[in-house]
Amino acid sequence: MAVKKNTLAIKDQPKHLLGIQNLSVQEANDILKEAKTFIKLNRSSSKKSDILRGKTQINLFFEPSTRTQSSFDLAGKRLGADVMTMNVANSALKKGETLMDTAMTLNAMHPDIIVIRHQDSGAPNLLSQKVNCTVINAGDGWREHPTQALLDALTIINRKGKIEGLKIAICGDILHSRVARSNIYLMNMLGAEVNVIAPKTLMPKSIERLGVRSFTDMKQGLGGCDIVMMLRLQNERMQGSFLPSKREYYEFYGLTPEKLKFANKDALIMHPGPMNRGVEIDTKLADDINVSLVKEQVELGVAVRMACLKMYCKK
Amino acid sequence: MTEKILINARIIDPSQGMDEKGSVVIDKSGKIKSIGKGVKKTDATPSAEIIDLKNNILIPGIVDMKAFVGEPGYEYKENFRTLSHAALAGGVTSIVTMPNTKPLIDNVSMVDFIIRRGRDKASVNLFPSATLTREIEGKQMTEFGLLSVKGIVGFTDVVKAVQSTETMAKIMNYASDIGVLIMQHAEDYELSKNGCINEGEVSTRLGLQGISYIAEKIIIERDLSLLNEFPCRYHINQISSKESLEVIKRNKESGLNFTVGVSINNLSLNENDIGDFKTFLKVSPPLRLEDDRLALVEGIKFGLIDVIVSDHTPEDEEGKRLPFAQAATGAIGIETLLPLALEMYHNESLPLKKIIETLTINPAKILKINKGTLKKGADADICVFNLDMPWVIKANLLKSKSKNTAVEERKVQGKVLMTFLNGKLAFKS
Repeated sequence: MAVKKNTLAIKDQPKHLLGIQNLSVQEANDILKEAKTFIKLNRSSSKKSDILRGKTQINLFFEPSTRTQSSFDLAGKRLGADVMTMNVANSALKKGETLMDTAMTLNAMHPDIIVIRHQDSGAPNLLSQKVNCTVINAGDGWREHPTQALLDALTIINRKGKIEGLKIAICGDILHSRVARSNIYLMNMLGAEVNVIAPKTLMPKSIERLGVRSFTDMKQGLGGCDIVMMLRLQNERMQGSFLPSKREYYEFYGLTPEKLKFANKDALIMHPGPMNRGVEIDTKLADDINVSLVKEQVELGVAVRMACLKMYCKK
Repeated sequence: MTEKILINARIIDPSQGMDEKGSVVIDKSGKIKSIGKGVKKTDATPSAEIIDLKNNILIPGIVDMKAFVGEPGYEYKENFRTLSHAALAGGVTSIVTMPNTKPLIDNVSMVDFIIRRGRDKASVNLFPSATLTREIEGKQMTEFGLLSVKGIVGFTDVVKAVQSTETMAKIMNYASDIGVLIMQHAEDYELSKNGCINEGEVSTRLGLQGISYIAEKIIIERDLSLLNEFPCRYHINQISSKESLEVIKRNKESGLNFTVGVSINNLSLNENDIGDFKTFLKVSPPLRLEDDRLALVEGIKFGLIDVIVSDHTPEDEEGKRLPFAQAATGAIGIETLLPLALEMYHNESLPLKKIIETLTINPAKILKINKGTLKKGADADICVFNLDMPWVIKANLLKSKSKNTAVEERKVQGKVLMTFLNGKLAFKS
């Protein structure tokens, strides 16, 4: 007797990129490898490919963002996807619609990818449970910003050849930083040693359990480091009781040419942007093309996001 | 009602130091006529109904010192009828209801309403509490005297602690004179601001604002200092950390009189159970480390903690289907209170008698109510359970109107078979 296959029952589960924590080393390396191929494409005169032609990508940004949003926008377009960016500030969410309702509404439009940035940690996870397309986390609360960590890794590999065996310092507001967390996970996975440096009020509890060494002193923390990642100190932190003043913060934690000498001679500087010049970093240092990778980070960000979109989008 | 005789029971009644095989006779008015190993069938009238308990355990009906009923204002979460069903299925016969309803229970007319409404709709004994301060604003104390006369058993701002030391001093001073029970939710808001889980590795990983144990400890230390000056009936609703327990130990040992509760959530779960943002495990006080949980169990063992509460907090699905920081706080628990408490017996952490004591006579004593005991003449509020029967907790089978259990799919041992209220069989599984 012929058995009729019930193809409806086998439903393709979409893959999501919710955080570095959910990635295997293999997956991380695959993304980085794929991203390398896009660097060249992005530098060529004809940047368009048709890998995602016919696919729909929705950028759902609940938090204002310049570089991440434009980076994802460009990445989708260069792959040939139809990209729509939701201006959430004016949307129904302001009228009391919940994240879940918005998710269901968008889901009904059959997108293939939703890129979400949200101020609440875990929002992309919640979204991924309710939609049947790929969800890519573009930053949630203080938890994760996986594509930022991946682009940082790609930038380091581009310059230093590899990550394994390097010593990386992450300095600044670790407590409120998703960039710091994603980088801690990824750099550890790829074999680097990670130091975090922050005043005690901006250091999360039990951070050592994430596999890092923590310091409150730049001299100690930067010792022997190959990469110095500076984090943005948000202005609202200055108004609370976290720190006495910008002046004092700059004195002890601002990256200056003098403090950079504590690190290895050929140490390079990174910053996820936007920078507060004169608060966390000396303005000349930030622009010094011999040590600063800031522009390269932005450039490779597009390539990494193209790789993620390509690899996570349902075929 | 005819007389009843419950035979072949293992009776555990810590109020009279009883743990023995025997029988219980319930008289026509629903009171205990006789109890214990010496009771014979002939002690009951010949027409008495005989119920064979087949060596299952019989204890006084459970007294739950902290449960939220949605009436008035939140009927969509829970009402008197659904709460009663859930309670009886869990062997709970007396409930202290929380006053953070809408409107709040902070004045005499609201007490009248809740007592009348409860009498009509509820099928368990209700002991309403009122707010400690008007509008739970932490500023002006409520009418302790007048409200007590109306039947209020205790005063609490439930999810809020009185932040002003001056106000708290006045409250305790005033209460020390008229003898009312103050039930404090120990949490310093400035320290716990925007916090939603324990501050530690899990909060760091999930990127959530943590609540330090200090937020709880500092209020307990403050209040106990005040209590030295103004000895009133003071009870801490729920503690969650071993650091709080150390403060309690020090003060109890120095002879200070006060009582302490703990939620079954903090006894049966820890912060790791939150996993990948399970909002049903967002509770207050937050789940902490396994070390804290173990310390709390020890605290019960050594009498530093007096009662276990369900902290029954029904929340509808909408309130929980949100990003963790925005999701509603609390879990239902009245129906699963006993089986979860029995886990501490099955894993040999606590003697059975100790567990039953914290669920029956201890809360009754703190509240000064005539419950939690099966002494001759007491109301025949009884819970009968099978100590070993295994079962799996399923939210959709729980009787509460809201299904936000923190222990979905948990395998437990021990099941309530029958619950008697004033001698009448009110629940049978």
